[in-house]
Amino acid sequence: MANKPPDRNLAPIAQKLRVRYAKRGRLRFSSHRDFQRALERALRRAGVPMAYSAGFSPHPKISYSNSAPTGVASEAEYVEIGVTQYCDPTKLRDELDAALPEGLDVIEVIEATSRDFSARLEASLWEMEISAPAQEVARAVEALLGTSEVLVERMTKSGKRVFDARSAILLMESESQSAVSAPAHTQMPLECVILHVVVRHIVPSVRPDDVLTALKQVGTLEPRKPVRVTRLAQGPLTEVSISIEDPFDPDRVLV
Amino acid sequence: MTSQSVEINSSENIDALQSRERGTSVFPQLEALLPLISKPIQYVGGELNAVTKPWEQAIVHWALMYPDAYEVGAPNQGVQILYEVLNEQPDVLAERTYSVWPDLEALMREHQVPAFTVDAHRNVADFDLLGLSFSTELGYTNMLTALSLANIPLHAVDRDHHPIVVAGGHAAFNPEPIAQFIDAAVLGDGEEAVLLISNIVKAWINAGRPGGREGVLLELARTGCVYIPQFYDVEYLPDGRIKRVVPNRADVPSRITKFTLMDLDAWPYPKAPLVPLAETVHERMSVEIFRGCTRGCRFCQAGMITRPVRERSITSIAEMVENGLEKTGFEEVGLLSLSSADHSEIGDLARNLADRYEETQTSLSLPSTRVDAFNVDLANELSRNGRRSGLTFAPEGGSERIRRVINKLVSEEDLIRTVTTAYGAGWRNVKLYFMCGLPTETDEDILQIATMAKEVIRAGREASGRRDIKCTVSIGGFVPKPHTPFQWAAQLDHEATDARLHKLKDTIRNDKEFGKAIGLRYHDGKPGIVEGILSRGDRRVGNIIETAWKNGARFDGWGEYFSFDRWMESAQYALEGTGVDVDWFTTRERDYTEVLPWDHLDSGLDSEWLWEDWQDALAEVAVDDCRWTPCFDCGVCEQMDTEIQVGPTGVTDLPMPSPRVSPVLAQ
Repeated sequence: MANKPPDRNLAPIAQKLRVRYAKRGRLRFSSHRDFQRALERALRRAGVPMAYSAGFSPHPKISYSNSAPTGVASEAEYVEIGVTQYCDPTKLRDELDAALPEGLDVIEVIEATSRDFSARLEASLWEMEISAPAQEVARAVEALLGTSEVLVERMTKSGKRVFDARSAILLMESESQSAVSAPAHTQMPLECVILHVVVRHIVPSVRPDDVLTALKQVGTLEPRKPVRVTRLAQGPLTEVSISIEDPFDPDRVLV
Repeated sequence: MTSQSVEINSSENIDALQSRERGTSVFPQLEALLPLISKPIQYVGGELNAVTKPWEQAIVHWALMYPDAYEVGAPNQGVQILYEVLNEQPDVLAERTYSVWPDLEALMREHQVPAFTVDAHRNVADFDLLGLSFSTELGYTNMLTALSLANIPLHAVDRDHHPIVVAGGHAAFNPEPIAQFIDAAVLGDGEEAVLLISNIVKAWINAGRPGGREGVLLELARTGCVYIPQFYDVEYLPDGRIKRVVPNRADVPSRITKFTLMDLDAWPYPKAPLVPLAETVHERMSVEIFRGCTRGCRFCQAGMITRPVRERSITSIAEMVENGLEKTGFEEVGLLSLSSADHSEIGDLARNLADRYEETQTSLSLPSTRVDAFNVDLANELSRNGRRSGLTFAPEGGSERIRRVINKLVSEEDLIRTVTTAYGAGWRNVKLYFMCGLPTETDEDILQIATMAKEVIRAGREASGRRDIKCTVSIGGFVPKPHTPFQWAAQLDHEATDARLHKLKDTIRNDKEFGKAIGLRYHDGKPGIVEGILSRGDRRVGNIIETAWKNGARFDGWGEYFSFDRWMESAQYALEGTGVDVDWFTTRERDYTEVLPWDHLDSGLDSEWLWEDWQDALAEVAVDDCRWTPCFDCGVCEQMDTEIQVGPTGVTDLPMPSPRVSPVLAQ
């Protein structure tokens, strides 16, 4: 009798919603699993009518896509949830944001009206704050962009892996280059260069720490403090301008 | 600095000036280290329902430490309760701190980052009080790490403006091994204790700190319920035993009494349980359904020192469950106590809660259940919708004889009836918990565990008609504890413990019919010996702790950090010239006339009664539970002017809460 899961009244999914959230400040040190637990509890506190899977231990219907590594902040993380009753996306945003700890902040909730959301996340824009003299960073960036392949090594679940980090890097520029009138970083007591990097999502994924490893390998870059990284955006890639579009755009069109 | 700083002549101004500098966040320094260590999330705080108050708003500042890793300490009910009780006071502030793992400790030393609280990341040394909750003695070395990282002198007598270090928790019922490191120890329930201490410290600060540090410690000592070890001298006999313990200050009482909180319904804490971001050992919310236990198991220190039984009412429990779930979003609720099924209203409670939370994906659990078929019914009720995987029972002793010695009144027939019910109701794995090294125990008593496990499997196969059922046997080494009838007993040495367990293992492994269905889990006897020194030690053991810590002892409750050899070498060094050794503290039986290190600390239990119960144990005579039978005069109720508080309250059906309308639904 106990080997068959009990029959439950499992309400079907009535609506799917997509959530964009940020991981900020000290909570950037939360891992993907930490966020999962926090989100499931916040959904319960917010009274969201979640749909559940069948089986012995039912799980709420949540799909996570492409979460930022532990220690990396983000302004553009995405999850999709399935609910059993129609919800107001704006109310859900407010309630869910209030139910999550400060630093895990809900930015936008939208009703899903299109398919294949994950496939839309083609590339990310990363911001890297590197504490090192501007010239030292510039030399490393130049060296990296001047090479066609930089092999980096990283421990993955399946052991040590060596892969190319260069081909996924589509753009890399310091803020002073992109800004119209950049402040002279050389005036600061501890020099800090802000790099913007666009990285294509490939397999195995090239993460910000791989980009940093690549920079260190090709140049003589030695950051004086741990590098602070924030994902500013992820979504469809426009190849010509190397810019990232809002992945919610297709859903907005239909609403 | 403001212009005020030129005019410092009253002590009030000095305080004001210091508080501006004290209490600042060290997070910027810590943050630079976090990318370099494992699981940084455990050090950042920011949990749901955590509290941070402005430093200046409070007069009394408490740092509350659970001296183990965050994953163990964060769910601890004691710390969560005191954190909330203290922060509710307008002029008191409390923040939490936990032990840092060696990877962060090394970096903190290298970069001079002090011990910090996880709430506002303030320097632990800035606080007025550092309260440590010791559930186990194995946290003692972690206390020393915290003191040293906070730049607080290790020895109480060397402190000046530093925090007052207060120990509480079950291990504080014998604080003598850590007497030189703590300023104070509190016995019993913490809620009223921390408020009393806060008031005394507040009055002392407001009065301009009269008498300095000694002044406030004397105020605390004179209450008769805060133990200040440095105000007591221990004298020894030539043979190493204690001659006497005497106060060395005028009007300091010779005995210290424990705190006992009556009327649990008036203290429904935690009201807003913390929801950690990091994974912890208990991923659930806990509601304490009663405190104390009068089953009278002779090995159980918790049962002895938390008497009398005080129940929370069914109505109050249901309110706490409802409120807690709403504030946390947890998916599991544990109904906590020393023996949860003994609550006088447990049947109605389980039925009401199961009705309420059916179809809500909320599961309920009863930790600590006794061998009793009624408990299987309860477990069935609480798992109406869920998987029935494992059910745990604790017969503790393998033979009926040894169970009479330890006063765990379970017969073999009861056990078989219970497990038959469990397997029949669909449970597949029954876990049985036992101890090894109990007083008067022989090989035969331990080998009986194998017989019992085989009978359990046989009964299970019959009841379920299946072959795939399992029985897991877990065995812990017995360590005699202060304030129990076994406080006089000789601890079994680790070689004998290991030999006995190996015999059991061979017996189970060699059984062709049942061997594969029985899982055996046990640890070797060495950690128990160290726990034994720390449990029943006196002030001379303090030097062992300090030596072991200096030699690298940390996280002694964790197998990967524990080193028996380090402890034994440290003991040999630290005890040199004292005439006593590790065996003297552990495997030696004490007699009635010996002054025990904790005799001046009053747990409410009458030592005559404890001794008689010890003699009854040796005579294999069991005693009943005084909740249902006449009083055995253990002394607690009479001496502390308290009484057992049990229901039933007469309430059997709770109103179903009105269904909550989801605020996120579309109109």
